[in-house]
Amino acid sequence: MKQFKGRPVVAGKCTASALVSHGGFNTLASFQNALQFGDKEAKCGDQNNADLYGKPMVNAALCLPQTIGSTTGGMVLYCAKAMKRNPTCMLFSEHIDSLACAGAVLAAVWTDEPMVTIDCLGQEFLDYVKDGMKITVDEDGTVTVE
Amino acid sequence: MEYKMILTPEEQAILNGSKGETMAKVMKTLVLYGEAFGATKMVPVESKMGHLVTSFGLKVMKPVYELMDQLIEGNALSQQKFSVDPKPLDPNVPANFLQKLIFNKFMYSMQNSYDAQLSKLGLVDDKSYTCTCYMDEVGNVPKKGEILSWAESSAVVYANSVLGARCNRNSGIIELFGSIVGRVPYFGLVTDEGRKATWIVEVKTTKKPEAQILGSAIGMKVMEDVPYVKGLDQWIGTELDGDTKAYLKDFGAATASNGAVGLYHIANLTPEAVEQGEALIAEGAQVYVVDDAELARVQANYPVMWKDKNATPKLCFVGCPHLSHAQLIEWTDNVVAGLKKNGLKKVSIPTVFTAAPAVIEEFNKTPYAAKLKATGVVLSYICPLMYMNNPLCKKMPVITNSNKLRTYTTSRYYRSEEILDIITKEAK
Repeated sequence: MKQFKGRPVVAGKCTASALVSHGGFNTLASFQNALQFGDKEAKCGDQNNADLYGKPMVNAALCLPQTIGSTTGGMVLYCAKAMKRNPTCMLFSEHIDSLACAGAVLAAVWTDEPMVTIDCLGQEFLDYVKDGMKITVDEDGTVTVE
Repeated sequence: MEYKMILTPEEQAILNGSKGETMAKVMKTLVLYGEAFGATKMVPVESKMGHLVTSFGLKVMKPVYELMDQLIEGNALSQQKFSVDPKPLDPNVPANFLQKLIFNKFMYSMQNSYDAQLSKLGLVDDKSYTCTCYMDEVGNVPKKGEILSWAESSAVVYANSVLGARCNRNSGIIELFGSIVGRVPYFGLVTDEGRKATWIVEVKTTKKPEAQILGSAIGMKVMEDVPYVKGLDQWIGTELDGDTKAYLKDFGAATASNGAVGLYHIANLTPEAVEQGEALIAEGAQVYVVDDAELARVQANYPVMWKDKNATPKLCFVGCPHLSHAQLIEWTDNVVAGLKKNGLKKVSIPTVFTAAPAVIEEFNKTPYAAKLKATGVVLSYICPLMYMNNPLCKKMPVITNSNKLRTYTTSRYYRSEEILDIITKEAK
């Protein structure tokens, strides 16, 4: 078990199973198929993301460095949350990027329940965490990995 | 809830609901968004017009349409008129029966109602659908130093770098919110500090580098950082004329899509570099040298996403971002000359050139329009990226000279001269 202290962008408590992307997470490419074709598991559709391609993102603790790609990214993330095709939480090793931040904040303000979002967890977090590990997030941004 | 950002009494009143619950939520979104980046205040949007990235009425974006309805019902309309990215559909662009059925009846079945929402929110007019809103013919050209609330990565990087305006790389919806409130959080590329270059790029090529490949190389190297590019002025000059602006448009779009660049400076050329020179370079900036070998390496590493890598192309797109008027004329001359040289009358592969509706309108007034039409090239206002973003088109062998289109779709990249050669020769 190891604990990492991050910064809550959207604070909250949750527990979920880790799903790890070591490279940048392309939001549009990842969610497009899931949103378009009614995939309730939201399997990642980004063929360029070897870590995530084909894996279900719903109810996961998505661990990633930052998001990349189209500036529709924040809007896509908001849609995923509003349509309940979202990860339980997003855990960024780096400072959150503007597109992911937009999605997290839009979901927090404009949907019924926020999606917990923590950033600045550090490279060590991303090196340590592996798919399937149990993740617990606290209100203050503490992330426990076991 | 307590906020760290210091708001003016007017901003605080909006946040407290003085202009209704919807406006309060719009303001709250911007404040939370800004605080995540350490913004201590909001600053007024100064440009005459905004620009939105979301132009497509995709059926699946139901939550966005519901949000737009909330804005309209809550009278949270844009305080400035705005342009928007290109439409995803154009009946002139080649598509088979199945594609047309899927595009119109399923994928983009919300297009008309979304267009109506945009109109109510503040869209300039029906001709304002383009990613190159900054073309003179379109008229959404911000002045140097003006603060913008725009999205569309290629437009933002152009406005920041070539025009010297100030805008962050906003997401869709956030840019509209800034135009509604008339304010944006003060951080990143809006600030003097955020516009300093943390990379020095030294261009040491033996000929003028292809804009799309140079931009791609720099984008992949510096990602979201600001590069200061030296040595490029020897190839593209020190005047921001039509050709140079078109080069920088394509270069910038590649930096923004292959990386996440929102601003670049070109020594002796772009406005801030001319004014401030190397004072724009931050202490400890990293160095990236680009020579012929580096550009060749970058291009050689582009993956080919086609199932049959030797397939004959079924479609060619030129114009992502949309072509300028001068580029349309140059391409027309080149296609006509290429066909003549090869003894052909029409292009051998269905080819679509894309440009802003207002640019097309002007182009159609010139004799070049008839010349282009005679070659069989289709001139369209469509967004090639949106056209390609579906399972049917993903399977098509499409070629392009756009590094942005290559990055986001399965289309295959060729340099402009290679594209010209392919479309003006007998197909294999």
